[in-house]
Amino acid sequence: MVVDIIGVVITYLAVAMGAWFLAPHLVKVFQGQRVFLSPVLRPVERGAYRLMGVDETKEQSWIAYGVSVLAVTIVSLIFTYLVLRLQDKLPFNPQGFGPVPADLAFNTAVSFTTNTNWQNYTGEQTMSYFSQMVGLVMHNFLSAATGIAMAIALVRGISSRQLKTLGNFYVDVTRATLYVLLPIAFVAALVLASQGAVQTLSSYPVAHTLEGAAQTIAVGPFASQEVIKDLGNNGGGPFNANSAHPFENPNGFTNQLEIFLELLIPFALALMFGRWVGNIKQGIAIAATMGIVLVAATGIAAWAEQSGNPALTNIGVSQANTATQAGGNMEGKSVAFGPIYSANFAAATTGTSTGAVDSSHDSFTPIGGMVPLVLMQLGEVTPGGVGAGLYGMLIFAVLAVFIAGLMVGRTPEYLGKKIESKEVRLASLVILTSAFNILVWTAISVLVPAGLKGPLNPAAHGFTEILYAFSSTNGNNGSAFAGLTGNTVYYNTALGIAMWTGRYIFYIPILALAGALAGKKVVPAGPGTFRTDTPLFVGLLIGVIIIVGALTFFPALALGPLLEQFQLAAGHLH
Amino acid sequence: MKDTIQKRERRKGRSSLSDRTILVPAIRASFAKLNPRWIARNPVMFVVEVGAVITTIIFVLDLFNGTPVLRGPNNELFVGQITVWLWFTVLFANFAEAMAEGRGKAQAASLRKTRSETIARRLVDGQLTNCQTNGLEERISSTQLKKGDLVVCEAGDIVPGDGDVIEGIASIDESAITGESAPVIREAGGDRSSVTGGTRVLSDRIVIQITANPGETFLDRMIHLVESASRRKTPNEIALNILLAALTIIFMVATVTLQPFAIYAGTSVTITVLIALLVCLIPTTIGGLLSAIGIAGIDRLMQRNVIALSGRAVEAAGDVDTLLLDKTGTITFGNRQASEFLPAPGVAMERLVEAAELASLADETPEGKSIVALANRLGSSGRALDKAGMTFIAFSATTRMSGVDFGGRTIRKGADDAMGRWSERDLPVDVRARVDAIGRSGGTPLVVGENKVVLGTIHLKDIVKPGIRDRFAELRRMGLRTVMITGDNPLTAAAIAKEAGVDDFLAQATPEMKLKLIRDEQALGRMVAMTGDGTNDAPALAQADVAVAMNTGTQAAKEAGNLIDLDSDPTKLIEIVEAGKQMLITRGALTTFSIANDVAKYFAIIPAMFFVALPELKALNIMQLHSPNSAVLSAVIFNALIIIALVPLALRGVRYRPIGASALLRNNLLIYGLGGIVAPFIGIKIIDIIVTAVNLAA
Repeated sequence: MVVDIIGVVITYLAVAMGAWFLAPHLVKVFQGQRVFLSPVLRPVERGAYRLMGVDETKEQSWIAYGVSVLAVTIVSLIFTYLVLRLQDKLPFNPQGFGPVPADLAFNTAVSFTTNTNWQNYTGEQTMSYFSQMVGLVMHNFLSAATGIAMAIALVRGISSRQLKTLGNFYVDVTRATLYVLLPIAFVAALVLASQGAVQTLSSYPVAHTLEGAAQTIAVGPFASQEVIKDLGNNGGGPFNANSAHPFENPNGFTNQLEIFLELLIPFALALMFGRWVGNIKQGIAIAATMGIVLVAATGIAAWAEQSGNPALTNIGVSQANTATQAGGNMEGKSVAFGPIYSANFAAATTGTSTGAVDSSHDSFTPIGGMVPLVLMQLGEVTPGGVGAGLYGMLIFAVLAVFIAGLMVGRTPEYLGKKIESKEVRLASLVILTSAFNILVWTAISVLVPAGLKGPLNPAAHGFTEILYAFSSTNGNNGSAFAGLTGNTVYYNTALGIAMWTGRYIFYIPILALAGALAGKKVVPAGPGTFRTDTPLFVGLLIGVIIIVGALTFFPALALGPLLEQFQLAAGHLH
Repeated sequence: MKDTIQKRERRKGRSSLSDRTILVPAIRASFAKLNPRWIARNPVMFVVEVGAVITTIIFVLDLFNGTPVLRGPNNELFVGQITVWLWFTVLFANFAEAMAEGRGKAQAASLRKTRSETIARRLVDGQLTNCQTNGLEERISSTQLKKGDLVVCEAGDIVPGDGDVIEGIASIDESAITGESAPVIREAGGDRSSVTGGTRVLSDRIVIQITANPGETFLDRMIHLVESASRRKTPNEIALNILLAALTIIFMVATVTLQPFAIYAGTSVTITVLIALLVCLIPTTIGGLLSAIGIAGIDRLMQRNVIALSGRAVEAAGDVDTLLLDKTGTITFGNRQASEFLPAPGVAMERLVEAAELASLADETPEGKSIVALANRLGSSGRALDKAGMTFIAFSATTRMSGVDFGGRTIRKGADDAMGRWSERDLPVDVRARVDAIGRSGGTPLVVGENKVVLGTIHLKDIVKPGIRDRFAELRRMGLRTVMITGDNPLTAAAIAKEAGVDDFLAQATPEMKLKLIRDEQALGRMVAMTGDGTNDAPALAQADVAVAMNTGTQAAKEAGNLIDLDSDPTKLIEIVEAGKQMLITRGALTTFSIANDVAKYFAIIPAMFFVALPELKALNIMQLHSPNSAVLSAVIFNALIIIALVPLALRGVRYRPIGASALLRNNLLIYGLGGIVAPFIGIKIIDIIVTAVNLAA
């Protein structure tokens, strides 16, 4: 147990260091400066612009930027839908899978386009290699790069001095892919493959078991897919078991490596923000806010899982951590990871919008399972998805500055930009969308018969399964509580819509906010200015995030995981 | 001293919360404001009122029909009490607004009383030439005066309306408006031509051109500002309203979806309890007090004798970064004064002092008087001399000297070069050095000589008002930069700036330079405040974000300003900035408090809602409230009472102290954030005990 805790601490320290060194690289990349990769990648980049017909010196207004985002998204969405529907006629299909059904293809295409990677299908039984590599992995890069581009646009809006433009979307996406995602993914894939993750294009081998039965072993070009799945906070693995599958995540080291990859870019972007606006401390404050919540969540989940199931404790079963057993709640967990690493993975995958899983969140204790649920409901900002985490956090920063900033006796301002009715309206819209999306969809699903068929478990646990699904899809997380039968026409459609609104309804107010802030004068800071780079602000921001989240979802949480925990403690089982 | 006491008494009388003349109409107005069209201006309270209407209907149906559909397990007594408290919530919010309005109107009325109705002596043809000889006058009520009318006032008359003196000069008692009893001089032309209605002419005869139509004077404009019906919301108020509306929608979603969740859990919640939860969650505290805070900000300025002409200006005052202050009258006393005598080598101090005094005996300029005064302080007694035999030589622009001849003594004082020519030789080296040093320090040297022998130098300088340095230090702690505006040369300006402790200065300032300075500051994103009284200040006043016009100033200056200081005290800017900050802090504090309150209310109501169906949730009843009904009722009562409890704070404003933004934020977060979380736990528990004790809820 102590070793596990040290492993978690080392992982988080590694993330902090990695992000610290990656941040200046990100500034250079997105400000169009030369980096050490330029000699190799610059020709490729130029070629890409020529191919797309993009003039890289042309800057876009927020509206043009937004239109580009939507255009690219919709075209790639339709492309993936068609690839899935036509996979039987396309190459690299050694298992001869048929076309993916329409509702599932819609759900899956939306899921990967929105960086959610909610999977209502079993990869190794549904998707051809072509569908996986072209239809899906393409989005692992594109959707991640789009998220980064959006964050960069907002950062440009906040830091710009009365400009009307936010940069060029095509340039941002291209540079994010070429200079950030690809190089890191390349190195990490080699490490992962060296640890035993599979990377092959051959058909599934057949093994003969001792009993003489034939067993088909699913394989594929998966080490590379695995890396971008984590790095880009996508979370959609090639196997249904996701990171609990030994070919995706062979051992404790790769488990922590995957956690590292999930957290690296979101934290690096936060630190990049500080460098970009010319005050490293601003970035540290944002990163610290993310980090403190994440570490606390990890601690709570690990404690809940290591403590085990109160109902088992009540009947005298030992769940202690001893030399012979890991102890704690081991249901649905791999013995390779145990309760603490599993809790660590759960917090990281839901704190970011990754959604990969190395254990069944459904089998967590109620409190342990509430941690990932709450991390998603807080708005995916601790540290959130690549890009999405930063822009979500900046929205909270705007709100925190507005609510409390008044208390220093000035019109609130963030980094010298006055927060006025327009900014408040846009930021409120973002928070509102999230609450609306999760709660209303959950309410509909517990009312309509098609929705009630979903959950495997009755009572409070079943409710949590539905709530989790919509929290996950709205937050573009994609982790499943499992236990919910999602591959039905109702859930494919409902979750698909929730994913779409959860990402693209956000985009408009965020880009509009970036545009509004970009045009504003910068008020110089003075002794009467509300400082946003202090521990006090970090505390305030954490408070606002938690209070807004808690106030919105407390009733739902009370009827889900909290109720279940009290019932377990009281020995009332369903 | 008498006037300050008088003023203080007036203030005290005006601001008293328990004043029945304000309280009774305010209570009446609280009911009148229940009109849905009125309430709809405030989305938060509108939701509360709709909730109250629904529970009223449920209560009536329960009472008479016992409609099974709407009837929950709760008895009529419970629904009835919830209904009453919901109505109280709306009434309390209305009351807060009505109180703020009432206080503002009472203050305005006391200002207006003096000018209620007087008889005006209007010149019939509106012809100035007539009146000079044998003008035809008619006597009409002051309320009938229109812009452009000419009226005559003589000693003893009350000035019938705001206007400009276009002929004559008079001393006027303005104590009715400013509380200052010393009369002021008003004369045609120049920057001292403006008169205010309600003041009294003490001497002489003046002709006034009326500058405002009835109902358009600045007092009328201010009264509009405190009447919430015609009041326009300020930018920050609009932004805050949007946030409150968004929170209200979020809580509506959270409450409405709770019913399906409950149904899934095999139970259901009554509509009354859902409405109770919704009203407790939405930010009623700040929603109910927001408009009162805005009006109270204007009231507070009025207590300090500042009339706000726009709510936006009061709010902007809190944001001011740069303060432009005129040197003369604000930072220094109006005139240069003698500060020391510097004898030439070999001359006794007594001799110089005596000569300087003699040379100034007949000098009626402030400088001359100050020399005599300083000499007297140093023990000279020139005044006792018989002036009969003296021939005084007045200052002239050609000689640039003045002095006295008597008994064979020829004493002169004057500019150094003029005195050099008079003495027919160069100034002694030591005197020359002193003269240069005084010039460098920003002072003015006067050389004194007798019978063509130079005796020494008098140092004349601007005297910085005592205490002003501390006020600037306070401003700096508030985060404001002060810029001194002066017509002096840069050398003099720099010296005074240093002595007064201002951050920057603009020397040899012209109106154009002033305007440019404001524009430059604004281009850097700074908000600028300034005071002014002259017509040539008007363009700069119009450009400044916060422009305080002196009541003594010209009509043009008052038109350009957005605040008018009745006391004509330029240092009032500091108090105006404080009032602006106070208003913003009060809003922030009550918003934070309101949101923080919700935590406890959840812990009261959620376990109560599912008390029967999901008994395990009673673990959330950490306050150990007596029963589901008492818990819900206590939360609703707390929610209503907290509004009334915070009315005094909203009207008074949260205190502002210039301790730096971080310390201020930390203190206020502790009080209103943490306090806002803790207070309702205690409050709801106490109410629950009382409600249970008197058997109001089973």
